[in-house]
Parts: sequence; C-alpha cells; structure tokens
Amino acid sequence: MEKEQIYWEDVEVGTELPTLPKIAHSLMLVKWAGASGDFNPHHYEDAFGKSQGTGGTIVHGLLKHAWLIQLVTNWMGDEGFMKKFSCQYRGLDYPRLMKTMNEPQDGETWLCKGKVTNKYVDGEEHCLDLEIGVENGKGEMTTPGTATVILPSRG
Amino acid sequence: MVPDELKQYIGKVDPPHVREVEKGAIRRYADAVGNDNPLYYDEEYASKSRYGGIISPPGFFGWSAKAVAASEGIVGLMTAMINAGYAGILDGGMSYEFYLPVRVGDTLVVSPKVKDVTAKEGKSGIMMICQFETTYLNQNGDPVAKATQNLIGRKL
Repeated sequence: MEKEQIYWEDVEVGTELPTLPKIAHSLMLVKWAGASGDFNPHHYEDAFGKSQGTGGTIVHGLLKHAWLIQLVTNWMGDEGFMKKFSCQYRGLDYPRLMKTMNEPQDGETWLCKGKVTNKYVDGEEHCLDLEIGVENGKGEMTTPGTATVILPSRG
Repeated sequence: MVPDELKQYIGKVDPPHVREVEKGAIRRYADAVGNDNPLYYDEEYASKSRYGGIISPPGFFGWSAKAVAASEGIVGLMTAMINAGYAGILDGGMSYEFYLPVRVGDTLVVSPKVKDVTAKEGKSGIMMICQFETTYLNQNGDPVAKATQNLIGRKL
C-alpha cells in the first residue's frame, strides 16, 4: 500500500485538511469501551445517562478525540509527527442506534474538519499549527481543538 | 470556592503504573475508532516505515484510559466529588505534548497526578474542574508524552 507523503512546502496557512466523516453508533461505542478500557455506563446505559442529566447515552469524548487524531495523522502521513494536540468537549453527541447486527440506523453523520493556521520553522522542525474540530449533523462544532505537527521538508 | 475535601487532592501524585504496549491492544483500538492506517496493525508495512515496526496512534498508550482512571488520586477525588454533591461527572477535554512514538513492546511508566481543582460558574451553577496530568516514560527513561485531562463535576 503506497500512500502519498505531504511536505511542509506543499502547505500554506488556510490549507484545509480533507474532511473525515464519522458515524457514532451503539456498536462503535461498545467496541470503543472495550478497546480503550473506559467502562463508564454513561456510554451504554440510557437510564444512567438520564440520571446524569445528559438525556441518555452519549458518545465518549475520547472517541471524538481519537477521530480528530485520525484526521490529523491521515493527513500528515507516516513521515509526519504530531507534537501537540488538544480538544474540548463542548457539546454532547448521541450515537445512532443499530438497524441490524452491524448496520446503524439512518441519522446523524459527524464531520471532522481541520485547517492550517500557522506555518513556521522551530529549530530543525518544520511545524504547522492546525485548528480542528468535530461538527455534528446540524453543523454545530461540538469538539473544537488544535494540533501542532512536524512535516518533512524538501529543503 | 473549592471545598476543602476536594482541595486536599491537589498535588496528589500516584505511584507509577508500569504497562506493556501490546500489538493486539493497538489493533483493537484502531479498529474501534475506524482508523485503518496499516502502521497500527500491519507488521510488513510498518517494518518498512520510518518507525521500523508497529506504533500506536497518538493518544493511545496501550491501556491509557484504564490505567489512568484506576489511579488512586483520580478514584479518590471522583468519590469525594460525588460525596460533595458534584455527582454529574463529564470529561471536559484532553491535551497532549508528544515527544516520542509509542512502539509495540515498549514498557511505559505511567505517572498520574492531580494537577488542580478549580471552581467555575457554568450555565447550570458552580462546576468543579479537576485537572489530571499524566506523564509517560519509556523503558529507557525517555519522556514519551504528557497528557492533561479535565474532568468536570456538576450538581445534578
């Protein structure tokens, strides 16, 4: 599998990252709980979610954080290095329920988006600052964040 | 105002946990996220990369959530929050500084600490914001990453 590597020189302030669409559904949340070790019932028990004042089962903040990390690492390629990352869970997100054993019902699709806000050289490192975030199906930014990556240079 | 029973946790440092970074754990994590980069599961592909082997996606350290959430400081502070009436606990956000890639076979020394507890006026009244800082060192003693997580307690 050959993947194209992006170089620091290819990027300008304002360059947008390819949008990464995601669908949060019950099955994904259960898999995430097992894989990450986060067994908080808030993410699989509706009644517990209601008792916590969030209306029901909510998507793990850390799952949305992992989507954003995927957005950035996909774009920076194997030669890139993520130096800093930060995100805040500002809005709650609710997973789709399942239609079949492995297909979610129709519903919301989340979009992970990012763009370059700063381009600079720090010592030997060719750096880019990014503004990133997860938008819900209504176009609301529920999980804004920032990242700094080092890309390889042609120079 | 942060109640004294919460304030006493500020600065609490837990004994480090030692965790081995496992190939299967990374694969399950990447699969759960829907991240199909072969760097995270394909030995042959990863061996030809700059890393020379499978690495973990940034933000996953083998058993991050479990290792950190089980720390005495966090468990103690979360229990104290619930007892103080701040029983609606939500994750507020995460930030990292990354220094080195996490590789299969690394043994990480995970050191969690309660960095701060602050009070903030939110939409639904006073919230407590607990900040946890976790550092990760590898088997050579080199810093791999520093993570800062905010957990928010609200009155229900």
